[in-house]
Amino acid sequence: MKTKGRHLAADVVGGNGLLHRRALLGHGLALAGAVGIGAGFSTGAAAEPLTEPDWSLIPGDAMPPYQVPSPFEKSVVRLTDNPNSQPVISHARTPHHLLNGIITPNGLHFNVNHGGVPAIDPSQHKLLIHGMVKRPLVFTVEALLRYPMVSRINFLECGGNSTPLFSNEPVQATVQQIHGFASCSDWAGVPLAVLLEEAGVDPKATWFIAEGADAPHLSRSVPLSKAYDDAIVALYQNGERLMPGNGYPMRLFLPGWEGNMNTKYLRRIKVTDGPALTYHEAHTYTDPLPNGKSFQFYFVQEVKSFITSPSPGVRPKAPGYVEISGVAYSGTGRITKVMVSADGGASWAEAALQEPALPKAFTRFRMPWHWNGRPAVLQSRAWDEAGNAQPTRAEFVALRGETKSPAKWPQFPSHHYNAVASWAVDAKGEVRNVYA
Amino acid sequence: MSTREIGACLSTVAAVLLLAMSAAAQGPNLGQPISQADLAPWDLTIMPAGTGLPPGGGTPAQGKVLFADNCALCHGDEGKGGIVEAVVVTNPPPLSGPGSVKSIGNFWPVATTLFDFIRRAMPFTQPRSLTDDQVYALTAYLLYMNKVIGENERMDATTLPG
Repeated sequence: MKTKGRHLAADVVGGNGLLHRRALLGHGLALAGAVGIGAGFSTGAAAEPLTEPDWSLIPGDAMPPYQVPSPFEKSVVRLTDNPNSQPVISHARTPHHLLNGIITPNGLHFNVNHGGVPAIDPSQHKLLIHGMVKRPLVFTVEALLRYPMVSRINFLECGGNSTPLFSNEPVQATVQQIHGFASCSDWAGVPLAVLLEEAGVDPKATWFIAEGADAPHLSRSVPLSKAYDDAIVALYQNGERLMPGNGYPMRLFLPGWEGNMNTKYLRRIKVTDGPALTYHEAHTYTDPLPNGKSFQFYFVQEVKSFITSPSPGVRPKAPGYVEISGVAYSGTGRITKVMVSADGGASWAEAALQEPALPKAFTRFRMPWHWNGRPAVLQSRAWDEAGNAQPTRAEFVALRGETKSPAKWPQFPSHHYNAVASWAVDAKGEVRNVYA
Repeated sequence: MSTREIGACLSTVAAVLLLAMSAAAQGPNLGQPISQADLAPWDLTIMPAGTGLPPGGGTPAQGKVLFADNCALCHGDEGKGGIVEAVVVTNPPPLSGPGSVKSIGNFWPVATTLFDFIRRAMPFTQPRSLTDDQVYALTAYLLYMNKVIGENERMDATTLPG
């Protein structure tokens, strides 16, 4: 039998009560006792005597053809704006704080729509491939469904995700409000390279311009090399056909790249020898840097992580054992390591990475924590297989800048924010956004 | 048909067969060929050098009237004070990192972007309802109001990319 002292030395691995990740593998009770908090034993009031509940005494309901979550899960919804379809962009953000694992349910995937959600009849929709090709071709949805497909689990992140953190003062907002423009799904579709080969691409071509069938005819330029790397014309999302807000009946999917480039309602691909400098690439997703230059055509959503629980509104219920959990992802490959701090970055300990840890996909990380009931600052920091480290906020701001005056949620002062984020937990367990 | 003609026919057939076989090896080949004329109505892409700009043209004065009728509801009178980002910024502050005002006058790198976006996406509730002349006129008006061109400069396929 181990001594209390040996448990302490072996199992508390970071400041302010971070425990070794093996506490997640069934050693939790011994650990909790070892650090002297007694959480390995039930310390609450005795449970009530057990009886048969009503639902165990009668047969349940018939099964609906398409099932929806329990009515008790009504609060697990996206945060939406623009309910009356004003002529502005519409947003829906993923409720990360209420989810677990790595797959975002289709009804909860984030959406940004620049001109509403179009009602597209798939029997009338067409995809045109033209430009610097030998044979311009038109593909129907029915035709594309007959092609050999590939499927991959990949995250998708809007270039505007987390950008309230460009504010020079921390905005007070939830993980859904701040980081809700990232989701992860199993996407299936036809490799774009197969369709381009059939059209016969001119060897001098270097880019293609993608365009949607929505009202804004949203258009983005993409380097042709991405088509030969891993781009697909996606038709399925988590096994079923794309959700209307995600591009039904088909979208361009560019694993790891800026969400806006993953053109929804894809209807046209023009092969070219340069970018078109469309509105969204010349204006929206080009951002002035502090040095007077601008950040343009940066494409990749870089290595990043954030803690989903605890987070604002998801407070530790009581001192004792708390699982710190979140997601990490990188547009340049697999997540190889996530470090967690409970003392604002003074000390760090390695989190457990939940398998599978796939390239360009959410990776769930978990960190066992003994919260002593005193204030703490929680942070996570990710590394990817390409050797990239998620930057600290100080490192990030030195390069990309911050606002001169405090921004307000939901402003977008710039784009592509991937620095370490911090949640402060106070003595009552309330959680808020801070910089540390 | 001469022997030579038959030979030419056979070699054509052979070439077509070979093409079909090699194409079949690459993929199902279910795309339908389409002519440049038939695809033209969808080809909205305009390149920075002006490739793709249609015939026609318009002036700031013509655009001023069109803006009041089609754009001011959201973008405000003369492009200011609307419910969305201002499209007219007469004295833009210097660009200085996050939170900068990215105006047509101080930030947009090429003027073709403006024509392209108005033509494909505006007005928000009725995209593709403006003629090319009207899009040129609105482009000219916004470039003039943002102090990029003079009051009497006409924008067309030659002057816009310049």
